[in-house]
Amino acid sequence: MTYILVLEQILNGLQLGIMLFLMAAGLTLVFGVMGLINLAHGSLYMVGAFAAAAVAGWTGSFLLALIASLAAAAAAGALMELVVIRRLYRRDHLDQVLATFALILIFSEGTRWLFGSFPLFLDVPSYLSGPVSLPGGIEYPLYRLTIILIGLAIAAGLFLLIARTRIGIQIRAGEADREMIAALGVDISKLYTLVFALGAALAGLAGALVGAIQSVQVGMGEPVLILAFVVIVIGGIGSIKGALAGALLVGMTDTLGGVFLPQLFALFMDPASAASAGASLASMLIYILMAAILLVRPSGLYGGSA
Amino acid sequence: MMLTRESLLNWAMIAALLIVPLAAWSLDEPFIITLATKAAILALAGVGLNIALGLGGLISLGHAAFFGIGGYAMGILAAHAQNYEPLFEWPFLFEGSNQMPLIWLVAVVFSACAALVIGALSLRTSGVYFIMITLAFGQMLYYFAISWSAYGGEDGLSIWVRNEFPGLNTLDPIQFFAIAYVILCLALVFAARLARSPFGLALAAARQNEDRVQAVGLTPFTLRLTAFVISGAITGLAGALFADLNRFVSPTMLSWHTSGEIMIFVILGGVGRLYGPVAGAALYILLEHLLGGISDYWQIFLGVLLLLIVLFARGGLIGAIAGREKAHG
Amino acid sequence: MADVVLKTQALNKSFGALQASRDVSLDLRPGEIHALIGPNGAGKSTLIKQIAGNLVPDSGTVELLGQDVTALDTVARARMGLGRTFQISALAMEYTVLQNAVLGALGGRGRPFHFFRNVMKDAELLETARTALERVGLTQDANRRTADLSHGQRRQLEVAVALTLKPKLFLMDEPMAGLGTAGSKALTGFLDGLRQEAPILLVEHDMDAVFALADRISVLVYGQIIATGTADDIRANAEVRRAYLGEEDAA
Repeated sequence: MTYILVLEQILNGLQLGIMLFLMAAGLTLVFGVMGLINLAHGSLYMVGAFAAAAVAGWTGSFLLALIASLAAAAAAGALMELVVIRRLYRRDHLDQVLATFALILIFSEGTRWLFGSFPLFLDVPSYLSGPVSLPGGIEYPLYRLTIILIGLAIAAGLFLLIARTRIGIQIRAGEADREMIAALGVDISKLYTLVFALGAALAGLAGALVGAIQSVQVGMGEPVLILAFVVIVIGGIGSIKGALAGALLVGMTDTLGGVFLPQLFALFMDPASAASAGASLASMLIYILMAAILLVRPSGLYGGSA
Repeated sequence: MMLTRESLLNWAMIAALLIVPLAAWSLDEPFIITLATKAAILALAGVGLNIALGLGGLISLGHAAFFGIGGYAMGILAAHAQNYEPLFEWPFLFEGSNQMPLIWLVAVVFSACAALVIGALSLRTSGVYFIMITLAFGQMLYYFAISWSAYGGEDGLSIWVRNEFPGLNTLDPIQFFAIAYVILCLALVFAARLARSPFGLALAAARQNEDRVQAVGLTPFTLRLTAFVISGAITGLAGALFADLNRFVSPTMLSWHTSGEIMIFVILGGVGRLYGPVAGAALYILLEHLLGGISDYWQIFLGVLLLLIVLFARGGLIGAIAGREKAHG
Repeated sequence: MADVVLKTQALNKSFGALQASRDVSLDLRPGEIHALIGPNGAGKSTLIKQIAGNLVPDSGTVELLGQDVTALDTVARARMGLGRTFQISALAMEYTVLQNAVLGALGGRGRPFHFFRNVMKDAELLETARTALERVGLTQDANRRTADLSHGQRRQLEVAVALTLKPKLFLMDEPMAGLGTAGSKALTGFLDGLRQEAPILLVEHDMDAVFALADRISVLVYGQIIATGTADDIRANAEVRRAYLGEEDAA
């Protein structure tokens, strides 16, 4: 019994990790290529979720909803980049923080104005609902398994994109040396918009996928954004590989800690205080993990010099 | 001393912050006094952040942590006192307290300690890492407060009666305002002296050129950590006052939106300007009050305003009126 | 006083396949100017950074005033008396000239943790700062913003800040760069007198200044010191001519 529970939680951790990766990949790309810290990345996650919920509401098609989330987030991202973000590349981090914080206010309140304060619901389509039997006798929700597979496929695609394609080469060149891509004759501003929109689309998709498990509401992107920051700090800014490693580490730690710490505490405490102490510690676990990694490697697992 | 336009403006602001509530008092408008008190307290939080941000160049997106610790110091001490449940009995019996001076001391000590730990870890890094890590630690305390059911968890902690200050009636809005105002003025004097002190000179130099500071034999890390601790302590004190103003503390005080808002006070007024947080907090309260009356979605306007200031008016409000900052003399 | 103020022993430093320092051993003696020359990319900056404490050598040691400082950081070395000027001016650009000099004096005195008194009214620090500014000829500019100074004046200020530390030795990275003929001549005269106060390890591209000033010259090529000697030795050294001076002539 317990081993099934453990496996199930590992899958849940994997699922959270994969979703975090979709968020963190965009953030870390944007930082690596453009040197920009984007707090409004969580807003793009929210845009994706709302677009999906709206389209699912109109058409009833989950697939269309996912496509809408990608398109809406990419469009919102491209717009954001064209209107605001590109003025910030040469500015210091403080300006970037403030301007993107302002964008959060605008996006959040704007969404509240359009859709109201009540959460929307995005239903898991019937062909993906219900449990599926996995080898080893585990019954696991089909939808969550699908999310994991989609996420892994996207991660693989992203690695291929960066390793094999022309755009990937330009992205890597941009990370190494901004002057160099200019020398390669690349239209930098187009590349920047493209990278930003790509990151936005990934965030939007993650928002839609998670939106079907949780509710779709204003502010949903922010907790995920901060987890994605922790992921990036752990993995090393600018590194896609680091983002993947960090995301899985954070996903696992958060999920397993939340489930097993209270049980661990119950071994030597009374149930009520074990539940509360375990929950408290579990809520801080990933930050403690981050602090520990910082002490050993200040620039993250895969980071260069800070 | 010659009065520059900026120092004239500073005097005008600090005078206005006194005159408005006094006028409201004589007109019997307690709500306006409360707004002014809120502005003074939020300005104090901004003065705290500005020591790290403006002077030290440390972009902390986690100052809500200290603001909230100050708030919870108030909440916890006062809750134990009002419920007659001792906070601890060993090594001596301590029943909590409803005395502001003691509450402030506890708030300052605890937020300073938190700043020491968070600062020591975060300052190992710089740039974007520093921003993300301070943000993450702030969020850690936020989630901790939510899960800390002994002190209200997500619902927070209410106090029935405002805490006491010897010789004053703190329930009278104008008297509580006087407390907040005097503390703000003291903090401004302290921040002004700090900026001109040997420590301030070295700290601001480390922001401008780290290599130079090291080459003259000073350690940027120690300077910054000290600034971070002072900054956190002042913001923590503001948190205790803010909680006392509302007679309520909740995890919201620790949320990263609060960190962002404290930063907005500093920026609306003008980064690195001593009185920037005063102008910024006053403007923020004014906008919240005026725009909030027009639309529930007033933060859209706040967002647009902030965006415009960042993109086009770097000096903030004071910069727009008083012009470019001169080299300190 | 040690008979050698600074000594590096068999310093090695590699970045990947590139060996930037190869068994570099040199010393600096009291009262001398020891110039370090070499073509671009010879590893001068890497060497300077190892001496100042910004880079840790892969192997070898750095000794300052007879003490092994290889494991100490830049701050500790500065406190021991290493006064440094940077190739690219490292100054607090928002500050006035005087404030930069006071910063140096504060560093020299130590104990910066005073929070209340006005640093710009500290007579002791001001005295040190003003004296240093006067010596490099910046008294007139004391109240100007550093960002508004000309390139040459910033170089002078770099030297002044180093002076405020009252160092036991100077490490100067291309102090003449971009100074123009008159400025370079004035600084040459100044450094000439300075060596009596504290010896100077001088990295410089200006060959006229180097040959006019240096008691000894070391030539660094591909991370390796190929010759050390007086100006005449170096001029006469065939290997140096081939590897370095020949290049200069061609250029």
